[in-house]
Amino acid sequence: MKPELKFVDITQPSLTQRRKQDLSSFEYTYRAELTSVYQLTDMETLYRIQIINPEERRRFMFIPGQFLMLEVPGIGEAPFSISSSPSIHGEVELCIRKSGNLTNYLSKIGRGAHVGIRGPFGTGFPLEEMHGQNLLLVAGGLGLAPLRSPIAYVQENRSHFREVNIIYGTKSPANLLFTYQYDVWSKDDINLNIIVEKADPSWKGPVGMLTDSLLKILSGRENEFYHNTYAIVCGPPVMFKFVCNMLNKFHIPMQKMYVSLERRMHCGMGKCCRCNVGSTYTCLKGPVFDYWTVMNLKEAI
Amino acid sequence: MIFRLFAKKELKSLFEILAAYNKVVGPVEAGKDKDNNPIYVFSEVSDFNRINLEYTTTKLPAKRYFLPFQENLSTFRIENGNWQKTIDYNVSQPLIFFGLHPCDINALNKLDKVLLHSVYPMPYYAAKRKNMFIIGTDCIPQPFCFCRSMGSDTALHGFDMFITDLGTKYFVEILTDTAYNFLKNIKTQEPKEKDHLLYMKAVSGRNSKFTARVDTTDLTKILDMEFQSDVWKHWGEKCLGCGTCSNVCPTCYCYGVEETVDIDLKGAKKTKMLHSCNLIDFAEVAGGHNFRPERHSRLKYRYYHKHRGFVEAFEESLCVGCGRCGESCLAEITVPEVIASVRGGKIK
Repeated sequence: MKPELKFVDITQPSLTQRRKQDLSSFEYTYRAELTSVYQLTDMETLYRIQIINPEERRRFMFIPGQFLMLEVPGIGEAPFSISSSPSIHGEVELCIRKSGNLTNYLSKIGRGAHVGIRGPFGTGFPLEEMHGQNLLLVAGGLGLAPLRSPIAYVQENRSHFREVNIIYGTKSPANLLFTYQYDVWSKDDINLNIIVEKADPSWKGPVGMLTDSLLKILSGRENEFYHNTYAIVCGPPVMFKFVCNMLNKFHIPMQKMYVSLERRMHCGMGKCCRCNVGSTYTCLKGPVFDYWTVMNLKEAI
Repeated sequence: MIFRLFAKKELKSLFEILAAYNKVVGPVEAGKDKDNNPIYVFSEVSDFNRINLEYTTTKLPAKRYFLPFQENLSTFRIENGNWQKTIDYNVSQPLIFFGLHPCDINALNKLDKVLLHSVYPMPYYAAKRKNMFIIGTDCIPQPFCFCRSMGSDTALHGFDMFITDLGTKYFVEILTDTAYNFLKNIKTQEPKEKDHLLYMKAVSGRNSKFTARVDTTDLTKILDMEFQSDVWKHWGEKCLGCGTCSNVCPTCYCYGVEETVDIDLKGAKKTKMLHSCNLIDFAEVAGGHNFRPERHSRLKYRYYHKHRGFVEAFEESLCVGCGRCGESCLAEITVPEVIASVRGGKIK
């Protein structure tokens, strides 16, 4: 017998089955089309992206809070939270701010362009667990982008929730995202509390910090309210501490507060380590964490 | 487990038979350092005489063969605004590793845990790993080796066969059928009781030569307690943030992905490059916020990942104690010293 090693081909079908174990899905991207490009503000654009293959489209599902990797060949690949309703399969909306190579390039290409997407990845908000409860949906700045997905879920399942409040704060009225949806949210009996740090002449709403609005909503409630409330908090890291500490003062347990952490994943699959907090992979154990877990992670916020 | 014995001269025959049909990588002397000590590297070899099995730790680990510093994840053809993606795992033939030390074998076992045996196994690694045939060999402990503290001074698995020098003979431990069949090409014999004794003597002789130590007792908890400790700042001030430690580490696998367009605009590449958590941009996000802007926070993170996070996830540390990082560090920061200082020891 010749002492020659046989080449092992890892692409043979027996080694590929489920997505999370499947070797061939690691670098596989769904080909997708930008079906709509909608400019929200000077800096942010909403992209509607549809998977082209009908079979793949049918199978593609996600949970609010999950992210995906968006790739433009030759330009780059980066993680984005999904901003749309989880009940639509094979189509997602991403709210993207111009801030780097890829996002600047995206702002220049129009409807009809083909991109690649991988995912969805990470954890989501446990919305079913929140059924029958009051919800505080707290967003600072671009934090409304990931929050729009649970908002859509709440709209579609409004009867499963009690009082729902959106508390949304931005620097100025010009930064407000998804303004065209506010009416519909209100009509779905979702209380909208918007506050800006700096008003402009047209602004008639409150001016101040997001926590001012939150304090108003939390103050003077029956104990029953605090005992039956979940919070979802999305925004810049500095905001988490202020918001979650305030929620905690009103005795909302840390395990009923969910936050979404932002990190720059390069793989989304627990390999590149770029999103590690302490030593936890944000892409696998997060990006959605309950606040108790975040408190136990080093340097999370 | 099957044990065999063969005369030393047989190893050359084994090498030649294997090298006639396969690509072989082994430790060779690449030059001398400033003190006239040999510098060893893993390199492709076809001549048995170039291999030095009594080599001391190589400057670089063997990882470029299974975790190349740079490799393409995919390539694109771009035509009329449309693109086609091609995925290649960048391996075309099996490789024989002729003489890996236990630390380097254990490094592979650790990498397997995260890159192969967890969710989303990585095909680029798997393709290369599944095409490796490993002949392990014992080492001569160096003053900087603390593998014994990390429990990686011996390899229990992760190789095909492992040879131990018994003076005039090699004692061989056979783990795979492939190795068993390969050994049919040379003269081997069943070891007798006296050979067992010789083996045990060789092992304890080697064990007595380890000098460097790291106390890992309760280390995960201690690292947690000492997260705010000033000792990190001390090491951070020394650290140059150059990333050499990751470069020479046999278990560092962190990476970054970049895409580039070919100069003719007809193609593009998605490239994976090994990164280091000590480099400044490691934890930077869009908009410029950096979660670990200071050197001490990055150095600390490296210790947390290796000695705490990996332990939490896989019940073992991501450090094999090979000592390469300390040997290569321009600021002379070594793992035993850093950990001793975190445990309250005096900093020299």
